[in-house]
Amino acid sequence: MSAKKARILIAKPGLDGHDQGAKVVVRALMEAGFDVIYTGLRQSPEAVAERAAAEKVDVIGLSSMAGSHLSFCARLKPLLDEKGLGDALWIIGGNVPEGDHGALRALGLDAIFATGTPFDDIIDYINRKTA
Amino acid sequence: MSNRHGSNIPPVINESGIEIKPVYTDRDVIDSGGYDFIGAPGEYPFTRGIHPLMYRKRPFTMRQYTGFANAAETNQRFHYLIANGQTGLNVAFDLPTQIGLDSDDPMAEGEVGRVGMAVDSLKDFEIAFDGVDLEEITVSLTINGAAAILIAMYLAMAEKRGYDIRTLRGTAQNDILKEFIGRGTWIFPVAPSIKLVGDTIEFCAREAPKYSPLSICGYHIRESGATPAQEMAYAFAIGKAYIDEVTARGLSVDDFAGRLSFNFNIFGNIFEQVCKFRAGRGLWAKIVKEDCGATDQRSMVMRMIAGGGGSGLTLEQPENNIVRGAYYALISALSGAQTMALCCYDEAYTIPTPFAQHLSLRTMQLLIGEMGLGDTVDPLAGSYYVETLTNQMRSEMEKIIADVEADGGIVKQVAEGRIQASVSAQAYDMQKRIQSGEFPKVGVNCFRDSEDSAGTDDEDHKPAFHPYDADGAKRQTDALADVRSARDDGTVRRLLKKLEADARAGENVMPAIMAAVKAYATVGEMTRALAAVYGRYREPISF
Repeated sequence: MSAKKARILIAKPGLDGHDQGAKVVVRALMEAGFDVIYTGLRQSPEAVAERAAAEKVDVIGLSSMAGSHLSFCARLKPLLDEKGLGDALWIIGGNVPEGDHGALRALGLDAIFATGTPFDDIIDYINRKTA
Repeated sequence: MSNRHGSNIPPVINESGIEIKPVYTDRDVIDSGGYDFIGAPGEYPFTRGIHPLMYRKRPFTMRQYTGFANAAETNQRFHYLIANGQTGLNVAFDLPTQIGLDSDDPMAEGEVGRVGMAVDSLKDFEIAFDGVDLEEITVSLTINGAAAILIAMYLAMAEKRGYDIRTLRGTAQNDILKEFIGRGTWIFPVAPSIKLVGDTIEFCAREAPKYSPLSICGYHIRESGATPAQEMAYAFAIGKAYIDEVTARGLSVDDFAGRLSFNFNIFGNIFEQVCKFRAGRGLWAKIVKEDCGATDQRSMVMRMIAGGGGSGLTLEQPENNIVRGAYYALISALSGAQTMALCCYDEAYTIPTPFAQHLSLRTMQLLIGEMGLGDTVDPLAGSYYVETLTNQMRSEMEKIIADVEADGGIVKQVAEGRIQASVSAQAYDMQKRIQSGEFPKVGVNCFRDSEDSAGTDDEDHKPAFHPYDADGAKRQTDALADVRSARDDGTVRRLLKKLEADARAGENVMPAIMAAVKAYATVGEMTRALAAVYGRYREPISF
């Protein structure tokens, strides 16, 4: 049988208040049997790193709709390393322009999911990577 | 499947849950409530429109949502839009401004000027509106959590330029209850947030009686996952909560309700949308008259801005959004909107480019100029289908409002996060229906472009991104430092103390905010003074 399901943190970075997408993905992941923690809005990089460490998550997912993901991820990266979360699966979804993908991957983002990505694609990806 | 028409056609149920028949007759109108609630345009209950002549007298105001980077660049864009025939301004603010942070706040890093204009002090308003004729061009401020402060800035700026605020027109969004449901730019807890909205309405009713200090938004509730009927019903419940807040202070509903307006969403089925607005106008009039005790007809009319919704647009085949936008504008005109702010085809990607804004403006102008949408009032009236569906949509909205009231009322339900949770669950169900193909979305789950088709989804057609100017943030924080060094700090400190004291005493805080604004106190400083008394909202998280 399959191993224990991954533990996932879904966070809303920065000041953006568009949380429909994040909440929808949280529901889809919960329904797929994952342990999901949703932070709510307005998370600083420090808050995301601390929560991820405290909850001992396997996956850190950010939802970005208002464009501040690059500077946020650049500030989050060293904090994750500091907390020993460098190996956690790090993913982002939402309104992430293709032009930013290279820089995000260079920072260590493992996957980037556009708005409207089928839930099964996200679920399969997490299952594969955390198996 | 067989149905009562004896044929094997699948049922059609609209998003609000109403089954649509293949054919309508006079009988359906009678059975759904008859023609009694339609009335004449400009007369109670205003189902057919709020004015007897509607667009024959004055076409809808065209007011695209604009604002970016800093005040100087926003000012340039304003002048460009006005030169192109836009008749109103709809100002977008960046997120730090929206949640009451100064541009040099650590939480503002990477966000200054990103999704709208950065505002720290009155100075920014002076620059942004420089050269704009505030009598000719009506200005709408898309601001909620920090609305009391920005309304004060607008009034103070106008006063400084010699306008009489007793005759000054303009609008602020200022609908904080919907921010708790969707969009999320709340600052203070629910109760003091409503109190602040009450303060702005009361202050404007006394000091700036032509100013519209509140635009009640169904728009964002719909974006968060509500059905069209829920969008209207929740907005009306929220609108009534604000009216109750102000009348509890001794004002009559007729002292201020005539300045209230609404902001609604348009995407989805054309007829469901048009009937939603016709039904909504009738229902709002009834609520304000019967439940709130208004006697002045001007208090009862549902004025609205409507012109699309971001959730209807798709990342896939983005040029389809141009076509969607044209239909949304058509719906808005058929529905008798007072103001149109048409969504732009690139909104699923970025904040609108000048090209996309221009296209939206021309789309609206085409409707009046070429397509005859301004020729006659409420042109769909009398259609068996439209009148039946209008009656049914109104009944559905009434039912939703009754359910909310029976379950503790809208304020309680929002404070406990219950509306948020149920709307979010609906958004999830809709997303599943789209992903399964049950709910068609062209270019997303049907009519997708294949690799070798003459498709549209190639690089050449991808919208250009609005670049973020990181140097702009530095210019804004430098300008803020200049404002701080030029002002009289002692006066600012004294006025901030006075603001905090007024808040603590439960006074209307608008006079104290006006005074602080005029002394160049910043958005962040005034917000902190209020938060010292009100505290800050903590988001309930429930699934």
